[in-house]
Amino acid sequence: MSDVQLPNSGQTAADEPDGGRTPVRFRNPGLPAHRHRMADFDPRAAKRAERQVLVMLGLSALGTIFFIVAYFAVPLDGTFATLQVSNITLGLGLGFGIFFIGTAAVHLAKTLMPDTEMFDERHPQRGTKEERDDAAAIMVQSGQESGLGRRPFILGGLVGAAALAPLPAVVLLRDLGPLPGDALAETLWDEGVRLALDPSAEPILASDVTLGSVFHVIPENLYESDHFLDEKAKAAVLIMRVDPDVVEYDEDRVGWDVDGIYAFSKICTHVGCPVALYEQQTHHLLCPCHQSTFDLTQHCKVIFGPAKRALPQLPISVDDEGYLVAQSDFLEPPGPSYWERG
Amino acid sequence: MRTLAARRRHPAATALLLLMALLVTGAAYTALAPSRADATIAPTVEGAVGDVDRGQELFLANCATCHGLQAQGGSAGPSLIGVGAASVDFQVATGRMPLAQQAPQAPQKPVVFDDQDVADLAAYVASLAPGPAIPEPGEVEATDDVEAIAAGGELFRINCAMCHNVVGSGGALTQGKYAPPLDDVENRHIYEAMQTGPQSMPVFNDDNISPEEKQQIISYLDHVNTTPSPGGWSLGSIGPVTEGLFVWVGAMVLLLGCAVWLGAKSS
Amino acid sequence: MSTPAGSTAAFTPTSRTARLSAGAADYLDERIGAARLVKGFARKVFPDHWSFMLGEIALYSFVILLISGTFLALFYVPSMTLVEYEGSYAPMYGVTMSEAYASSLNLSFDIRGGLLMRQVHHWSALIFVAAIVVHMLRVFFTGAFRKPREFNWVLGVVLAVLALAEGFTGYSLPDDLLSGNGLRIIEGVILAIPVVGTYITFFLFGGEFPGETIIPRLYILHVFVLPGIILAVIALHLALVVAHKHTQYPGPGRTNDNVVGFPLMPVYAAKAGGFFFIVFGVIILISGLVSINAIWVYGPYDPSPVSAGTQPDWYIGFVDGLLRLMPGQPEFTLAGFTLSLNVFLPSLVVPGLMVMALLAYPFLEQWVTGDNREHHLLDRPRNAPVRTGIGVMAITSYCVMWAAAGNDLMALAFRMSINDLTWFLRFMFFVLPPVAFVVTKRICLSLQRKDRELALHGHETGRVVRTADGEYFEVHEPLSDTERWLLVQHETYRPMAIPPKAHEDGRKPSVVERVRANLSGFFFEDRVEPVTPRELAAAQHHGEHEAIEQPTGDEAARRELTSGTPD
Repeated sequence: MSDVQLPNSGQTAADEPDGGRTPVRFRNPGLPAHRHRMADFDPRAAKRAERQVLVMLGLSALGTIFFIVAYFAVPLDGTFATLQVSNITLGLGLGFGIFFIGTAAVHLAKTLMPDTEMFDERHPQRGTKEERDDAAAIMVQSGQESGLGRRPFILGGLVGAAALAPLPAVVLLRDLGPLPGDALAETLWDEGVRLALDPSAEPILASDVTLGSVFHVIPENLYESDHFLDEKAKAAVLIMRVDPDVVEYDEDRVGWDVDGIYAFSKICTHVGCPVALYEQQTHHLLCPCHQSTFDLTQHCKVIFGPAKRALPQLPISVDDEGYLVAQSDFLEPPGPSYWERG
Repeated sequence: MRTLAARRRHPAATALLLLMALLVTGAAYTALAPSRADATIAPTVEGAVGDVDRGQELFLANCATCHGLQAQGGSAGPSLIGVGAASVDFQVATGRMPLAQQAPQAPQKPVVFDDQDVADLAAYVASLAPGPAIPEPGEVEATDDVEAIAAGGELFRINCAMCHNVVGSGGALTQGKYAPPLDDVENRHIYEAMQTGPQSMPVFNDDNISPEEKQQIISYLDHVNTTPSPGGWSLGSIGPVTEGLFVWVGAMVLLLGCAVWLGAKSS
Repeated sequence: MSTPAGSTAAFTPTSRTARLSAGAADYLDERIGAARLVKGFARKVFPDHWSFMLGEIALYSFVILLISGTFLALFYVPSMTLVEYEGSYAPMYGVTMSEAYASSLNLSFDIRGGLLMRQVHHWSALIFVAAIVVHMLRVFFTGAFRKPREFNWVLGVVLAVLALAEGFTGYSLPDDLLSGNGLRIIEGVILAIPVVGTYITFFLFGGEFPGETIIPRLYILHVFVLPGIILAVIALHLALVVAHKHTQYPGPGRTNDNVVGFPLMPVYAAKAGGFFFIVFGVIILISGLVSINAIWVYGPYDPSPVSAGTQPDWYIGFVDGLLRLMPGQPEFTLAGFTLSLNVFLPSLVVPGLMVMALLAYPFLEQWVTGDNREHHLLDRPRNAPVRTGIGVMAITSYCVMWAAAGNDLMALAFRMSINDLTWFLRFMFFVLPPVAFVVTKRICLSLQRKDRELALHGHETGRVVRTADGEYFEVHEPLSDTERWLLVQHETYRPMAIPPKAHEDGRKPSVVERVRANLSGFFFEDRVEPVTPRELAAAQHHGEHEAIEQPTGDEAARRELTSGTPD
């Protein structure tokens, strides 16, 4: 049985100390007297409501016609001005055409259809005793007639086979894509690959990168790749030139920069947005998606926000013609963290 | 020739040679090196030609407190040697300088100086050391060439949109700094900002974004700022946040209002 | 019962039209049993209240999504093949882009009404989810999820989750810079799933990000799989509404055993049907006047650029906000593997827990109350103070996360430091929800006390009377029975007794029993019970103030009532 604690239900008046003269609960007073609308007793009000509905329907028809006229009267010539006119006129025409049908129907229902409230009885979801007994009997009987209870191996076999049957659907999905392999750790950067401007792919002279500059960089050979967007999503790089003295000395990275020109992965180590905002006074890099902030003077260590790892640095040098080139690929996978990354 | 050869060993020869060398170097320097007054063509702002001496007076009166008497910089303001006329025009003519108070970054305020003052100040600062000049009006004119606008849009998205937003509505930087909106900025100042990298903004020199590309970017911005929003009210062109806000305070309120009307008993 | 006498008289075929419709009715009845259908359903009573139309807004915006989406699908090309744009939008001329983006631009610029339909589709998507949320809040705060409607609540939660999925797949389809960066974030999030994340991304994207298959794959999910499932679940959801009959607000004449309202035909059909046109009309009007997702300004997707103010549509905002609030520290390398809890927790674990909590709540509350009866009368939110408190607490934490997703725009608009703002919101994420709970619960209890006061003493009239003894009092006008009913009709639960150290048979109370008793205490310890007739009689008789403060019944009787052990 239920263990519900209801002080003011389920008790009978007889439980009360005063012997039941006062009921424990108030009684539902029943529906209050119906209040009639103007339109119910005033024919003029009814007539007025009827007119209002008719006006709304008329406005709807006008809107629809306006839409059709506007559709043919406002040609699209590629300018924003006509497109704006077209959008507004079509929107207003169609919008009012549909809106006023709705208000007409609702107004009609509210003012002219009967508004006397009606009752329906509710019945509990639970079936009656007989219904439940019958249902139980049917289930037991079908169980017996199927014979599965007496033949447990058939039941087991059925369950087993049915459980196996969906597996091909899973297997079929195998060819949705290749296995990851090392794909995420390898980029187009390699020894001697020139740093080039995004999107023109023109190589960059070290001498062109002046103090305070930031260049958005791609590998020069990017467009030779079959899937250059995939490659760009890993290889995008930002180079900045700063006074080498402001950068904290890191013994492991000696010679990775060219006279204060530093190259860092542009792909956030959080979830992969381009970390493209460079503040040249503070030397901070900010990701606009989730505000991870990286400090160039500390080799792009995270100083704020949800990223954990520093942006990978690309070791660069200068080739014979004075162009910036990579010394190698990134020494760690660029972009967001993943399980096998290590 | 003989006499000359004979006197080569004269004790005065060394001194004479040194003197001549000095003279030649001096003359060459005077001829080749920029002199203070005509280092570059005097900067002009909206037609006003700058005057170095008047510029120096203005500088001493208005700027030297922070930037130093020789514009060498100090704890309160950076050195202005070599920043060029473009930088002065950008900072002063947009009202960023003189700075009212120390803040995360210099806000735009009503402009204090007239065009002539700006030109004079620019002339003075440019005279200290060479630096980027104020662009000619022709260099910053927006074109309505379709391909230039398209190219400018692409460059803007790659180099500028991450801070200034794709249509130049502006964006936040760290610690209270921000990239300002670009809808009400003169073409000249857009050019100068790219050229000089004011405050947090990095420099985009001519090797990074060529003068022609800078003009394309200006054309793109001009296009964005002068064409109407075809879909209707643009909600500030800052993307899904204001759209979401509108759904709740506009659309949902409207629809709930309709529902309340529907549920209310007719009088 | 629901058919007033004499209403069938109209069926006597007198005119030509009447004869025709009688013929048609006859035809249908002999084939599909139309008469039984009409008799069974046409006069079904629906209670009338504006808050019962919220689910309708969601349903109708879904229908509008189907209609406008079909139009868009006539022109949209779900392909990532790169093409050079040659349409009429000048600033993109000659730019290399995917066919998906190019066709979205064409749809906007070269198809008359195309932009309008795109805006209708996007606005109704945002309104669809907003209406679902408001509808859920109504159901939650009024306790409409209680028996027998628990399954329908579960179906509703499933629909909400499906709506989010449907929204996100649609958000990605234009393949512009904004949606591409959204996909990139999704890739980063999936990569953060321990062990299988990398494999899932490679299977989802058909290789590396962005690849060339994600748009067609999202497209088939967006236009076929998800809408199909949503339609099926909506059908079930509505079937259950019909089976249970709609809940109703308490009021005179409304009981747990009846439903009071208007018949489906004609009143409710006209109102609900008309409301479809109102919702549709309003959405079209908004779409004609207010711009949404101006895809042309973003340019085609490219992994290198990004725009300031890159945000998802509002309904994914809470996840994005949580990603922004989360500090980066909890990323570890264990035995050569990387565990990115800084991404995994806020983007997948917390939203997962939120959905679980939503699914579990009706069952939890029933377990705590032990109330096994059917409930068709809604609660006034004040009469369930802890539930209402929990609801407001959930809304508050949702709003903090939501606000965090716009931290950059707030920082820009109010010239604040984004770092300070983020720290402030991190702090608020823990502080505000409990505060909201306590404040809401207190407000509910005060409102209940006010109800008691009103029920006992009636309206203040402002008339002060001096008795012969020189006493002053204000005359109160007693409430009518109808007025009073709303204030006294509800039931109050009392906390379950803490189980004794040992049951009578020597068995110790189990942990479950103790947890349940403690939860019951948490829910119902603070309560204000409704006025009973006896209290009212006492108050009217004595006119004394004490009667209001005294809870009902004498203590001994209550002890007896609450000492039953749960079984």
